Amino acid sequence: MTEEEPRYLLFLGCVIPYRLASYEISARKVLAKLGVELVEMPEYNCCGFPMDPVNHDVMLALAARNLCVAEREGMNILTLCNGCFGTLYKVNKTLKEDKEERARVNKYLNEFGMEFKGTIEVKHLVYALAEDVGFEKIKNAVKKPLTNLRVAQHGGCHIVRPKNLIEKDDPENPRLLKELIALTGAKCLDYMDEAECCGNPIIGVNEIIPFQMAKEKLDHITAVGAQALITVCPFCHMMFDMNQPRVERAFNEKFGLPVLHYPQLLGLAMGFLPEELALNELRVKPAELLSQVQE
Amino acid sequence: MSETQEHVPSVIKAEELDPKFKYEISKIHGAEKIMLCYQCGTCTADCPVSRFSDFYRPRKIARMVQLGLKDRILSDKDLWLCTTCYTCIDHCPQDVDIANVVRVLRNLSLKHTNSMPLVFKELAGNLMKTGFVYVIPESRHKRRTQTGLPPLPKTKPEEITKLFEIIGFKNLLESVETYEKVE
Repeated sequence: MTEEEPRYLLFLGCVIPYRLASYEISARKVLAKLGVELVEMPEYNCCGFPMDPVNHDVMLALAARNLCVAEREGMNILTLCNGCFGTLYKVNKTLKEDKEERARVNKYLNEFGMEFKGTIEVKHLVYALAEDVGFEKIKNAVKKPLTNLRVAQHGGCHIVRPKNLIEKDDPENPRLLKELIALTGAKCLDYMDEAECCGNPIIGVNEIIPFQMAKEKLDHITAVGAQALITVCPFCHMMFDMNQPRVERAFNEKFGLPVLHYPQLLGLAMGFLPEELALNELRVKPAELLSQVQE
Repeated sequence: MSETQEHVPSVIKAEELDPKFKYEISKIHGAEKIMLCYQCGTCTADCPVSRFSDFYRPRKIARMVQLGLKDRILSDKDLWLCTTCYTCIDHCPQDVDIANVVRVLRNLSLKHTNSMPLVFKELAGNLMKTGFVYVIPESRHKRRTQTGLPPLPKTKPEEITKLFEIIGFKNLLESVETYEKVE
């Protein structure tokens, strides 16, 4: 770690400002305390991910436009969303390496005076914490270790897969989020099929399968006795928190499993109050969990 | 899940097969290795959607491309069931990039069938209007101020609309038909 504090353009994406302020609020609090400077990203647009199924070039152009804005500002991008990370990271890498593809996309961008040059990096919150802030600094910031808690993690797909493109954590046995959870003092439990998808990306076209997928994961997570699930993606979070009552109704089962954004968990361990971390905004209320934390 | 009419398999007729289809597909970025699929079925075995769907089978999709069942595969709404978890890509012993093949087929299906799931038309419309795939309501903007969050940056939806135009996607969006759900 150099002496210089990490500094990023914050790429919020669409889902977080639309639905999940709790993730943004908690991430900003925790990162500020850890000495990370977040700069508001001007003029950004949707990362492009939602358009890839219908038009690959639209996705490429949308992603590249964002990358150009960051290049102009001369700063690396930090995303809180797996979908935004996967898209921006992969397009950045592809356009840096594939000259033909870069020329093709630049033709679109030239229409409004932009050009992809390949001068910045894209990081997800998990990688920024692990690679730039560092475990040592996070450990030192933990004032109230959550030693009473047993939680499980769902890191999600797009921060690790496809493996040959992302080349970071192991998709079959993702470790980084577990290690970050361990720093809070909470015990992170293993469960069956941890690396599986939450199902949310097809919720707009099918109303059964995503709920079956989420239900199976909730079954596996509660089977090992986890008191909460920890996520780092707004899509995954919505599937497990906002849609949990729907899963419960569809299968006539009760889970009552609080789903926390990782910065909420870390924030609690750093001594922030639950309301400072917007824990009251969760659909599944973490009251029992919080009473344990405060003991 | 009940088997709907369109899922009842019918006999493949020789005239349905387009022998050039696999070559057309292999030229598209992301689907270059489709010919390397030797039908081991790892993609389907490890696909979280295939576990719950009676119809979505990545292996079958690869085989249909190889056989040249162009019209059948491009009209197959099950294409829209891939969650893009990319497990199939990671596990394929032949590096086929099967989820990207599915993406290529989805992209082509729009023109071939002049239809797409409604949700994508809505998201695309929002994008051209606001720069985001959702229309973020005024109440959300107000709440940001109340909770101490900085205002969202000004977007440039006119640039997004321009991008849609030059890529040729705007015209298609205006004429394309939509359907709601895929069983």
